[in-house]
Amino acid sequence: MSSTTSSRDGSRVSLAKPPRASAEHVDATYPLWFHIPAGVIYIVLFIVPTIFSFYFAFTRWTLFKSTFIGFDNFVLFFSEPGLIGSLRNTLVYGFITSAAKVVLGMLLAVVLSAPIIARGYLRSVTFFPVLVSAVGVGITFQVLLDPFNGIVNKLISSVTGADGPGWLTDPDIALLSVAGIDVWKGLGLATLIYIAGIAAIPNEYFEAARVDGANSWQMFRHIILPLSFPATSTVIILSLIGGLRSFDLIWTTTQGGPGFASDVIASVIYKQYQAGFYGLSTAGNVILFVVVTAIIYPLSRWLNSKETVL
Amino acid sequence: MNAMRRPTRWLVGLIGILVTTGLFLVPFAFVFTMAAKDTNEASLLEFSWPTHFQLWQNVVEVFRARDFMLVIAFINSTILTVASVTLMVVFGAMVAYVLDRRKSRLNPLINTLVLAGLIIPPAVVPTIWVMQSLGLFKTLPGLILVEVAFGLAFTVLTMRAFIASIPREIDEAAIVDGAGPLRLFFQVIFPLLRSVIVTIVVVQSIFVFNDFQNPLYFLPGSQNATVQLTLFNYMSQSQTTYNLLFANVLVITVPMLVMYIIFQRQIVAGMTSGAVKG
Repeated sequence: MSSTTSSRDGSRVSLAKPPRASAEHVDATYPLWFHIPAGVIYIVLFIVPTIFSFYFAFTRWTLFKSTFIGFDNFVLFFSEPGLIGSLRNTLVYGFITSAAKVVLGMLLAVVLSAPIIARGYLRSVTFFPVLVSAVGVGITFQVLLDPFNGIVNKLISSVTGADGPGWLTDPDIALLSVAGIDVWKGLGLATLIYIAGIAAIPNEYFEAARVDGANSWQMFRHIILPLSFPATSTVIILSLIGGLRSFDLIWTTTQGGPGFASDVIASVIYKQYQAGFYGLSTAGNVILFVVVTAIIYPLSRWLNSKETVL
Repeated sequence: MNAMRRPTRWLVGLIGILVTTGLFLVPFAFVFTMAAKDTNEASLLEFSWPTHFQLWQNVVEVFRARDFMLVIAFINSTILTVASVTLMVVFGAMVAYVLDRRKSRLNPLINTLVLAGLIIPPAVVPTIWVMQSLGLFKTLPGLILVEVAFGLAFTVLTMRAFIASIPREIDEAAIVDGAGPLRLFFQVIFPLLRSVIVTIVVVQSIFVFNDFQNPLYFLPGSQNATVQLTLFNYMSQSQTTYNLLFANVLVITVPMLVMYIIFQRQIVAGMTSGAVKG
């Protein structure tokens, strides 16, 4: 090691061997063909379909034959109440789940970072739902939230005497119920990210605040809240991407119903695909692409710029 | 953070135990008790200890149902998970490594593609169209490659940050010792990635094993179902057999719980230690 020094551009000055041209050396050591295996799979099965979706969204399509029909699919999407409702539901679902995971994940992480009893147990228990599949969670909650026999409504009626709501069968609250289940399932991950974020705050801040006589609330408000901002922005972006694209949980709990009450764009894409309307299904995909990108891209840039200010 | 008085520590801890038990443990206990009941008792959907405890019998029946469909599904899901996660890790590490070590005109393009992969929802029917023209649609290798394509972005992003923390002097030393690029990567660099590989393997295995959407689209048909699709065996019929349904939920949940428990310490270690020692 001592006979070799490396400079910035990667060229070596070795006493044992004569120096070689840097470009050739880098070329030989870090060959560009290392990109090829991943690149081929990624381009063929992800980039190419994404690019072609912008053509097939404007066609009537049977997989074998496509007829260009202009904006007809998009006009249909935005004029059909069941379809345009899915756009609104996607936004509601994405923002509610993301906001709830930020607030509850932060609170839970603060509690689980404090020296309380049974901390390891509590951390494990809140994380376990993350490991269960959306299908398993969906089926379990479908039974727990059954309007007549489910244990949730039995508990409600035994306490209040009145009948509990039809969580997944009432069109007014079905979407919110699924969002609630989503939060239940994903909260553990948000909490884990926050715990890591809080653990990364240098202890000196807390010591200095204690010397100055700060109480727990002031420590939370002026130390934990601002200094765990990187964790907050990670949780926001991750849960928003997941929420806007969410399909598994909605499909296994309500299948977008009752009616179209809890349909999101991802479930519309599946329904139109099943019905054989491949062009319309792909138009849904393009709309989802635009929605997700138009929200996530500026948001992540804004969060990044705030992060560097801190 | 350490200034809590003892009574407070107990009080907050106890409240935490009560709340999390009610919210998170009861649903798990519910799945377990339902899976151990007989068909009539399970149909009441009550949260109670089974009068006839027949968990083993239900689990055996779930495995034997529809000509051992669940056994085949477990084989399919295992092949799918192992193959796709292996390819993701090896190919993703190769990209992340060259991306970090070598300044190239390709780098901005690759960075853009990685970000695109994290954000953009896959275009479903066009993907089927491409797979069909390659003869990959409705095949397990096809689904494996799809999972690899969708998982690469996260893998490359995570690995790149870790590889940047490995000093270049290690590369230099290996080259002086006469290692070629392949030996340098697979025998020197790859073993140093152990902790980040464990993290990625666990995260991606959970994702692929629990995936419902991609098998539904790209590997339809009951003869090559993955484990998540077997659950619908007990629901689509006129009468749902709840004890078998929940026995099935339990059986397909256990592998990922066990894997997490085994690797829990290493994941935490991988997250905290980070850099290479020496």
